[in-house]
Amino acid sequence: MNKFWLVLGHTYITKLKAKAFLITTAMTCLLIIGLANIQTIVEFFTSDEKERVAVIDRTGSLYKSLEKQVNREEITLTKIIDMEDEAKKAVKEGEWDGLLVLSMNAEGWPEAVYYTNTLANNRTAEELKGVVNQLKTAISAAKIGLTEEQIAVLGRPASFQKIALEENAKTEEELNQARSLVYILLFAMYMFVLMYGGMIATEVATEKSSRVMEILVSSVSPVQQLFGKIIGVALVSLTQFFVFFAVGFAALKTSGQEVWRLLGLDHVPLSIWMYALIFFMLGYFLYAVLFAVLGSLVSRVEDVQPAITPVMLVVVAAFMIAMFGLNTPESAFVIGASFIPFFTPMLMFLRVGLVSVPLWEVVLSFILLAATIVLLIYIGAKVYRGGVLMYGRMNIFKDMKQAVQLTKK
Amino acid sequence: MGLEIIEVTKRFGETTAVDRLTLTVPEGGMFGLLGANGAGKTTTFRMILGLLLPTEGVIRWQGETIDYAKSHLIGYLPEERGLYPKLKVQEQLLYLGRLRGMKKADLLSEMNHWLERFHIRDYANKRVEELSKGNQQKIQFIAAVLHRPKLLILDEPFSGLDPVNVELLKEAVLDLRQNGTTIVFSSHRMEHVEELCEHVCILRRGQAVVSGALRELKRSFGRKNLLVHGEGALEELERFPGVLRCKRTAEGVRLQIANEETAQAIFAHLAGKATVRLFALEEPSLNDIFIEKVGAAYE
Repeated sequence: MNKFWLVLGHTYITKLKAKAFLITTAMTCLLIIGLANIQTIVEFFTSDEKERVAVIDRTGSLYKSLEKQVNREEITLTKIIDMEDEAKKAVKEGEWDGLLVLSMNAEGWPEAVYYTNTLANNRTAEELKGVVNQLKTAISAAKIGLTEEQIAVLGRPASFQKIALEENAKTEEELNQARSLVYILLFAMYMFVLMYGGMIATEVATEKSSRVMEILVSSVSPVQQLFGKIIGVALVSLTQFFVFFAVGFAALKTSGQEVWRLLGLDHVPLSIWMYALIFFMLGYFLYAVLFAVLGSLVSRVEDVQPAITPVMLVVVAAFMIAMFGLNTPESAFVIGASFIPFFTPMLMFLRVGLVSVPLWEVVLSFILLAATIVLLIYIGAKVYRGGVLMYGRMNIFKDMKQAVQLTKK
Repeated sequence: MGLEIIEVTKRFGETTAVDRLTLTVPEGGMFGLLGANGAGKTTTFRMILGLLLPTEGVIRWQGETIDYAKSHLIGYLPEERGLYPKLKVQEQLLYLGRLRGMKKADLLSEMNHWLERFHIRDYANKRVEELSKGNQQKIQFIAAVLHRPKLLILDEPFSGLDPVNVELLKEAVLDLRQNGTTIVFSSHRMEHVEELCEHVCILRRGQAVVSGALRELKRSFGRKNLLVHGEGALEELERFPGVLRCKRTAEGVRLQIANEETAQAIFAHLAGKATVRLFALEEPSLNDIFIEKVGAAYE
């Protein structure tokens, strides 16, 4: 057991001290700080100047209403005389940011053309379009002879409530929050497996390719090594996540936002957090063992990527099904897939997060998952022990068979 | 008791890597395992270490099989050198030493002693990849002996070293033996084994073709080498009765003769017929024994 801690400590410390790791962590922290303050940053770079728009009003009557309704924080309107060509030239030269030409068509409805240098800044055009539409509505209402009150009634939305009849069903708000949490955690699980699974496989392959492995397996049993490494990397990742979380939290706090509300997590029941933790850990173990074993089969670090790609694809598939399941958690497909151990961590969690799942289903999937992990560890330790003595060609299944044979008599 | 390898066979599918090998290395002894590439040396070592399980037969150290509970008793220098390239020498040695169950404080003093001895004290804080091949080998050797093992297994310890470092390592190996370490080492160079070991085994395609105490082997072999330098009809000696083999050298001939009496007869025969500058009777070399037993030259 003592050696297990040594391997764990060694993995943790060396990974943590690695330059690449420190740089990635620092960069991601900067990114998080940036994202948390995105509004301030955008505002900083956006000029305070209002958009200056020249208006040629051929209707003769609409300019006043236009000026009244337009957002004066962003746009200043100037009414000019009808000299379209000169006005366009002035826009090109930068005197104005845009030119709006208002007119009435044959049927008596307002029409507008907006000239600007590029269409990249869509906001001004959209704003003006909205206002012109409102003007049109007002004109039509007036033509029909509606009062302002009647117009208001016309615009009011109908009342529409959703109520679930099932006893444990989640309320709309709960469901939204659960969905948001499930989404975040699914994504975290996905990233976690992809990032750190690769790290484990590479770690093992590096030890093997540098041939230090032969000394290691003669000192420490493969199972202790395997676990030391997997948990060591898990701690590294938790450390990294903790740093990200702390930085993000602090950044959001200082930018004056309510973090939990922002994430929509202020009403998530404790049980979901518990499920998240359990499935997260089991999922990590399942894939980590698989990645470590694959890492032990290749001879060179360059071969790690092709070797782990199939497993990566399984993770991607699990994630895709989960994304699909976010809106249809009760479809037979999602329910069935949630019992397949490689999908269970994401899909069963998704189900318990969004709908009420009978306990026996959760327990069954849990047992299947745990049994798969135990089986993988058993096979993994054998393959690992034999695999580290094999060098040369690449053929995962043959290699696996041969590796197990090496541990036999 | 020492190390016992009894009737050990290792088969990988169809191929037999080691075939009914029996060896005993007394405690404190120095044992040389000779063999060309693919003769089964590394497989034998891996079985001693428990990395591979023998198909048949048993391997015991002090009467017990070797497992992870005994890893602190055993030191191993693998043929394929392996260290963490990115790790500093000191970190590396401490980690590997601790994995062999030794305390950090003890390791530090032991490590400094060895670094000092190999004149690489200054490299303690360098990364292994920055070191020369020779110095990396020294570090690898230190990693094998740092935890003061009782049984030391060295797979080709001298390959790839320059003569100065070979001497340095030989001395270290002899010192360890003086302190009671049982040492098994392999080599494909006969002279290293002849120089260092009292027990040898020559492996050929998994089988022990020559095995036993070196002195006994040489004594029972009977034949000796006769070196004659001088001018005259030395080539004629090839047909002299009792001469088994004759090889011309720059200054004369080297003969393999059946026994000491033949030497006497040759000495008498040459008197007056040739100018002899050197007439020397030598012990048979391990190579001679090998050629005799196998009927082919050692590769």
